Amino acid sequence: MRARGVSLARLVPPFVSLLLAGLVATVIIALLGENPLHIASVMISGSVGSFRSLANTLEEATPLILTGLCVAVGMRSGLFNIGGEGQLVIGAFLAAWLGAKLPIANPILHVVVCLLAAGTGGAIWAMIAGVLRARLGAHEVINTIMLNYVAFISTNYLVNLPYFKKPGQIPQTFDIAVTASLPRLTFVYKYTRLNAGLFIALAAVFAVWIFLARTRLGFEIRSVGLNPLAGRVAGISVVRSMIVAMGIGGFLAGIAGAERVLGVHKHFISPFPFGYGFAGIAVALLARNNALVIVLTAIFFGALASGGAHVDMVTNVPRELVTVIQAVIILFVACDLVLRPRGRSNEVTTSE
Amino acid sequence: MSDVGAAIGISLALATVRKAVPLVFASTGGFFSERSGIINIGLEGMMLFGAFSGAIIAYFSHNAWLGVLGAAFVGGLIGCLHAFATIQLKANQIISGVAINMLGAGTTVFLSQVFIHGERSFSLAPQDRLPALGPFLPLTYIAFGLAIGATVFSYYTVGGLRLRAVGEHPRAADTQGVRVNRIRFLGVVTSGVCAGLGGAYLPFFSGSFAKNMTAGQGFIALAALIFGKWNPMGALAASLLFGFADALQETLQGRAHLPAQALQMVPYVVTMIALAGVIGRSIPPASIGKPYEREVTEAST
Repeated sequence: MRARGVSLARLVPPFVSLLLAGLVATVIIALLGENPLHIASVMISGSVGSFRSLANTLEEATPLILTGLCVAVGMRSGLFNIGGEGQLVIGAFLAAWLGAKLPIANPILHVVVCLLAAGTGGAIWAMIAGVLRARLGAHEVINTIMLNYVAFISTNYLVNLPYFKKPGQIPQTFDIAVTASLPRLTFVYKYTRLNAGLFIALAAVFAVWIFLARTRLGFEIRSVGLNPLAGRVAGISVVRSMIVAMGIGGFLAGIAGAERVLGVHKHFISPFPFGYGFAGIAVALLARNNALVIVLTAIFFGALASGGAHVDMVTNVPRELVTVIQAVIILFVACDLVLRPRGRSNEVTTSE
Repeated sequence: MSDVGAAIGISLALATVRKAVPLVFASTGGFFSERSGIINIGLEGMMLFGAFSGAIIAYFSHNAWLGVLGAAFVGGLIGCLHAFATIQLKANQIISGVAINMLGAGTTVFLSQVFIHGERSFSLAPQDRLPALGPFLPLTYIAFGLAIGATVFSYYTVGGLRLRAVGEHPRAADTQGVRVNRIRFLGVVTSGVCAGLGGAYLPFFSGSFAKNMTAGQGFIALAALIFGKWNPMGALAASLLFGFADALQETLQGRAHLPAQALQMVPYVVTMIALAGVIGRSIPPASIGKPYEREVTEAST
């Protein structure tokens, strides 16, 4: 059923969904009494119109690439990991903790340690749901939702402990050491928050692509996703595949959290900036869970976010328009309005 | 001393009921959808739509009951959206739910800024709020009545039997002449109406609408449904338990050494434990999440 590599025909329905979502946005803007063309031009100038906008777009895209991969890897194994949000928060907290407290003089080593710890934390968090699903059949969707809230609440507790908390009214950790900072790509734009995390995200895309397409375990994960029964008959450990897929997803989401802390915010704050985990679902869906295409869809949603912020600033259209557009895109892609073989239900479903 | 204890006990009991109301509404709603076989993780978004529409209608019409009706109606509309996407178009039920949650988070703040001139929250004047009936808002009695009604309906009427049948074994129900997808559609729309009412309770209780004011209560309601083993009385009991944890957390704040976060975590952790089967396993309806197609004669999986 699934062709190897990128089949262009499979990307047509998402593209049509984008056009439809654009239409919905146009109608909403027109109903507000604003000129859709004007808003669109502001949106474009705020997302790709200058080096500054471009840097903002890529900065927003960086965590989305990672959370998109997180969702995609889970989906490829037939599991729906909607816990990217919580896994990201766990990673962010660990990165902020070790970034502030570890006395490591070598900047590369310090960053690597923080990234690995964040990834491992996210992986463990996701694997709780993976193990519960693989061993006990407990639905991973419910458990990842529950784990999201457990992550928000427990980090909220930790961040208020004197050991972590920077003195003051705001529940945030101490700033990370200079050695733990991801360098910012100031050659793009002087004051950008875009940082070397972008390259980490791109490396992750490549690694996931190779892993899924070229390794035995990757093949096993894809087989289990397509048909767990056939996989089991073929001697594949369904349990291992599911747990590994969740773990990899959690690792990537944890890295996304570390990127936000080490490259952008420089500390952990509770509640942690919200939404990258859920937006990752849109990123993965639109890319049909293809690792390479995720780069494009993440940049697209990054552009929406940075363009939307610009629109919010200079016009009367609130930035929440972007969230609405995102939701509409997800809905359209999920409904798969065009080109679906008759009588077959949507193939993005997790297999049961 | 014992008088103080009694006073705290009574206020804790009242607070428990008040905190439970939105959960009772939404988990009863979740019951109708999930028992019919359609996963509804969009309860959070449906509640948010209900909270906003209830508040905005009361704000402009100065009629709180009109707000309540409007919230139920809008909740039902969003239920229709979820039902249409998942039943007619066979969209993945989880993805549709995620989209509805995002739609709720985005649309309500967006519209609030449009209607209330750039504000992400707004207050209701005292005369625009629901008058209390005894110690509670009238919606409280409606919520508990609804849960009881749902129990009677599900276990003592033909309609209820059909609802459960299409969630357990749609093909068997179909061969008995039950219109599977129609019943599922009604189940999902009912869940939207209930969640909308649960959402409407929030601004009438607090006196204002605020951005993302449901703050996860839709998911807690889902947890209550699961912890209550997918039946309305169980969900009601779980809602009261979670309401109690929340009320206790507020009462103890600053008074005890137990961190507030430990109690905040209760709904999520006990649900995971229940789902894993450690304390009396929660088993979902057998056909939940699977679209039903008549044409196919051989089940493929």
